[in-house]
Amino acid sequence: MNTAITSRYVAEYDALAPTLPGQSLLWLQQLRRNALAKFSANGFPSPREEEWRYTNVSAIEKKLFTPSLNQLSNQVDANWLKTQQLADAWSVVLINGYFSIEYSQLEGLPESIVIMSIADALVKKSPLVESYAGQAVNHQEHGFVAFNTAYFTDGVLVHVPAKQVLTKPIQLLHIVTQADAMATTRTVILVDELAEAQVIETFVGLDNSYLTDAVTEVFVGKAAYLTLTKMQIESEKAYHFGGTYVRQAKDARFTHHNFAFGGLLARCDIHTDLDQASECELNGLYLGVKRQHIDNHTRINHLKPHAISREMYKGVLDDRAKGVFQGRVIVAEDAQKTDSQMNNRNLLLSDDAEADTKPQLEIYADDVKCGHGVTVGQLDEKSIFYLQSRCVDEETARNMLTFAFANEMVDKIKIKSLHDKVLEQVLVRFPQEGVEKDWL
Amino acid sequence: MLSIKDLTVNVGDKQILKGINLEIKAGEIHAIMGPNGSGKSTLSHVLSGKAGYEVTGGSVMYQGKDLLDMAPEIRAREGVFLAFQYPVEIPGVSNIYLLKAALNAIRKHHGLSEVDAMDFLTLVKHKVKLLEMDEKFLYRAVNEGFSGGEKKRNEILQMAILEPKLCILDETDSGLDIDALKVVAEGVNSLRSENRGFLMITHYQRLLDYIKPDYVHVLANGKIVKSGGAELALELEEKGYGWLEGQVAA
Repeated sequence: MNTAITSRYVAEYDALAPTLPGQSLLWLQQLRRNALAKFSANGFPSPREEEWRYTNVSAIEKKLFTPSLNQLSNQVDANWLKTQQLADAWSVVLINGYFSIEYSQLEGLPESIVIMSIADALVKKSPLVESYAGQAVNHQEHGFVAFNTAYFTDGVLVHVPAKQVLTKPIQLLHIVTQADAMATTRTVILVDELAEAQVIETFVGLDNSYLTDAVTEVFVGKAAYLTLTKMQIESEKAYHFGGTYVRQAKDARFTHHNFAFGGLLARCDIHTDLDQASECELNGLYLGVKRQHIDNHTRINHLKPHAISREMYKGVLDDRAKGVFQGRVIVAEDAQKTDSQMNNRNLLLSDDAEADTKPQLEIYADDVKCGHGVTVGQLDEKSIFYLQSRCVDEETARNMLTFAFANEMVDKIKIKSLHDKVLEQVLVRFPQEGVEKDWL
Repeated sequence: MLSIKDLTVNVGDKQILKGINLEIKAGEIHAIMGPNGSGKSTLSHVLSGKAGYEVTGGSVMYQGKDLLDMAPEIRAREGVFLAFQYPVEIPGVSNIYLLKAALNAIRKHHGLSEVDAMDFLTLVKHKVKLLEMDEKFLYRAVNEGFSGGEKKRNEILQMAILEPKLCILDETDSGLDIDALKVVAEGVNSLRSENRGFLMITHYQRLLDYIKPDYVHVLANGKIVKSGGAELALELEEKGYGWLEGQVAA
């Protein structure tokens, strides 16, 4: 819906446009203008759109978020930064939506691997960006993709050429330090045929109100394998809209872990298109406290036969928090022998917490195995009694079980340093007394 | 140690236990046998404090204290241990974590400081070896994906580490093949001591071949209808429960 704030963003676009990367590229100019026109006409998504019915974003329309153009203010404390960077990973840092080579650590990166600022790639007229940006997701998708397409200030281009197997994970660390900043980034990840990589997208911010609108486009080549982890621990005053749009070629494997812990209002879209015999695993954990609203929206398109999809999303909601899960699995007419399983489980810890869950299966093929399951509930009384019979008081038992419910998703992370970082975040929310980390 | 007097228990409107009397002294092993639906499991659940049972009459004194007044975790900390018929799977909580939490809860209850980390590991690893288990077992989630035998063995491991005073074994033999049964029985026998009482609940005499009871009681239709020595179990094996149930009706 077009509102006063939409008009203000649009009105200020011309002044801002010269600061955006890719001014000399006609194709991008055109793309940005089209996206702006779409945003100008439709604005941010409204709950009247089916895919946004549980999430009202009108809170972000109370003020104008602006890009942090002053490069001098895009700095962070080096010691604090170390606490956010994963040991044993190549990392690049984006501050307020701008790539910072100064803080990035790419030592020992094989020369054939590309990890660079997308703004730089545009300046260098990288054919990869032109070929792939906007291909996994169209700006028509929804208001935040249109907004991102019109406004993205920077982002990362990752390219792992064919048959390369990365020995270390790559961390893309997004940090927002400025109040009222708009951090709009576009990231393109290419993992070519038979290559393997692990990429982590971390989103953090100082204790401010700000807007993150991040779009990541992912292309997993033939028989390639990518594990992508999103760790969203934005400020509890922040708005986060993130989309990950994936194209999987034949036999490609894609595993996604989505940890949604932060933000006052956070929405994440994960879409993947499956070619023949490809496999995807989507794991998610959302933890909501206070008045947090956390929405996760997944779409799995089985386009060709013999593909496998596994999805498990878990939510723990306390206080007045609200969690939303909308999962769609679409099996095309041609996608025979599809094997798909989708699950969403929610734990409500308070009477005022809310979980909205909507699994959708759309099946147009006739020889498929598809299932889904959804639960919204409290802790299992049998388990509580079992722990009590082992000397643990009821409150501690509930805390242990809540932690365990969440920890099951953390346990799926194979990278030790990342596992420990995510675990640390879960333990902040559900502290466990007298327990060694190795035991969890 | 345990004194049950005229205990009557309802589930909903239905009376399940109709006046149980039982005395267990330290060092004794009592077996309660009975057909399905006789109230055996209800008795073990009521003693351990499971919700859903209404005590309508009688009393249960444990070491001079009113057991029924205590929350389940207090009973456990006071030394009452229930080995479950169906041990619950708890994904995400490792065995070692639960063991430490349990041991420290007991120590705190008795005014002791927390167990030293090294001492704890030494103790746990020693007991694991005793029960012929793999150490890796400790780091797996409680009962998750365990076979029937592993689950029962895990119950006995917990018992060995927590050193309870009164052990209630609820159908510990159910679902075990003979080899698993032997290992579990050896574990229980190694815990026999003059300070510890056992209440074994079982449908079959088989378990009693390996763990020899001092007393056998037959529970039928919510009442103990016959008590005797270990030989009573053999008689039951031979004749079945029918003749005793007949006695109740008469």
